[in-house]
Amino acid sequence: MPLLTLADAIEQHVRDGQSVALEGFTHLIPFAAGHEIIRQGRRRLHLIRMTPDLICDQMIGMGCADRLTFSWGGNPGVGSLHRLRDAIERGWPQPLTIIERTHAEMGVAYQAGASGLPCGLMRHYADTSLDRVGGPRPRLTCPFSGDSLLAVAAINPDVTILHAQQADEQGSVLIRGITGAAREAALAARCLLVTVEARVERLDAPLNAIVLPHWLISAVSIVPGGAHPSYAAGCYPRDNRFYGEWDAIARERGRFQQWMQQYVLASRDHAELLRRLRIAA
Amino acid sequence: MKTAHAAGAYTADEMMTVTAARQLADGAVCFVGIGLPSAACNLARRTHAPELVLIYESGTVGARPRVLPLSIGDGELADTADCVVSLPEVFAHYLQRGRVDVGFLSAAQIDRHGNLNTTVIGSYARPAVRLPGSGGAPEIAAHAREVLVIMKQSPRSFVPRLDFLTSCGYLGGAGERSRAGFPGRGPRAVITDFGILRPHPETEELQLCAIYPGVTVDAVRAATGWPLGVAHDLQVLPAPQPADLDTLRELHAATRQTHAAAVRINLRTADAPASHPH
Repeated sequence: MPLLTLADAIEQHVRDGQSVALEGFTHLIPFAAGHEIIRQGRRRLHLIRMTPDLICDQMIGMGCADRLTFSWGGNPGVGSLHRLRDAIERGWPQPLTIIERTHAEMGVAYQAGASGLPCGLMRHYADTSLDRVGGPRPRLTCPFSGDSLLAVAAINPDVTILHAQQADEQGSVLIRGITGAAREAALAARCLLVTVEARVERLDAPLNAIVLPHWLISAVSIVPGGAHPSYAAGCYPRDNRFYGEWDAIARERGRFQQWMQQYVLASRDHAELLRRLRIAA
Repeated sequence: MKTAHAAGAYTADEMMTVTAARQLADGAVCFVGIGLPSAACNLARRTHAPELVLIYESGTVGARPRVLPLSIGDGELADTADCVVSLPEVFAHYLQRGRVDVGFLSAAQIDRHGNLNTTVIGSYARPAVRLPGSGGAPEIAAHAREVLVIMKQSPRSFVPRLDFLTSCGYLGGAGERSRAGFPGRGPRAVITDFGILRPHPETEELQLCAIYPGVTVDAVRAATGWPLGVAHDLQVLPAPQPADLDTLRELHAATRQTHAAAVRINLRTADAPASHPH
């Protein structure tokens, strides 16, 4: 497991046209990595995130993606993701193909991917409109009970990127707090990149903690504050104020582009971005 | 709505939240959506239902937040939970396994049979308004033993026909839901800023069962996009108790203060080890 700068990790492992899952459920969203992908100008990515959140709003608005798999595309507690809406409603800056699931389906799809299965199963009782628009949603009959079950195709991202609290000397990673489907997305991926708040001699991990062993990971990068404006439990809280302010920043194309230029593109790395935002000294 | 039918010292929003809270029995296990449902559940927990078990889809089980979370996964929920599990686990082991009594949802559109749309206004391919989408709602609506819905009532939200069916209520009504084999019974009550709608026992069409003080049936009908039936024993609900209002306002004030706090990150904590790559 090489320890790389984030810029090197993205440069070496994320290529145009790949499927890239950025997971972390409200908590531990890998913002720094998403910003680096924007800086390096990746194109035609298939983004995969249960809740696209501000990071996919930014990546879509900056033209990095032409496809999105997701299950809830809002600004939590605030309202719309305006860049995501602009892409879906008006094809700006380019048309976006969406593959829409429910949270539970995404969980099952990642679990199947992580388990080496082509699909996962869940209970399903009646068609909704998702059955008209979401691609094939085949039913299987359980050979034991005769129940009709929904088959959900596995998700195996080319690259999964996570943010976590700690990596140890060998590069094993500890994730603490709300995880969403981070572990499943990690184990489903062909390539796993992780940014962490800190490198420590020994992980602060009780026996059943969520630890991703170093040999699963393609690169670890140390990026303090790497989840901001999301959060890292035990390190810093969610910047709910920023989530509120994003609504006005992202509402119009011009102001959005200006903000991305002034903050993300003008900063060499995440530390500089946090200083520009006056989040870090 | 404040000017439309606030009766005295409370708003229609407050009345709606207090009314929704009263629908929750102490000790119930409740799967909570963010926003209005979360406010109602946390008010209930602070008033008549201290043992209400709140599960959020972020996998926080038994959360007792001291302020309302802005997102479904705020740290406050994890810090105060009995346990934190993964998202696949909360949906499979808790919800699909049948361990949830009440699912508490909101939506952009509802139809006369309690079916919900949180996906698009207009056509799916060329939407007039793209809404956030499913999240956890379809499975909550399917598996929770019963569902409560809280949403503001207007002809745009209470529609004769959904633009998109995201989450199933009673489908076409008259038993279609139970014939489809859903384990959960479906929406027991829809709490709005006018009163409470409940499904008719046979047709399963939502009808007006209770109104708030100062609300007229005509006003509710005008805010409904289908010819709204009215129960024979229409109730007028009492105004909220001052203690409930105080608790709700304290909760909102503490929430606003917490969410406005500036975040500061110390970048130096991790510097030292970073300079020794191996």
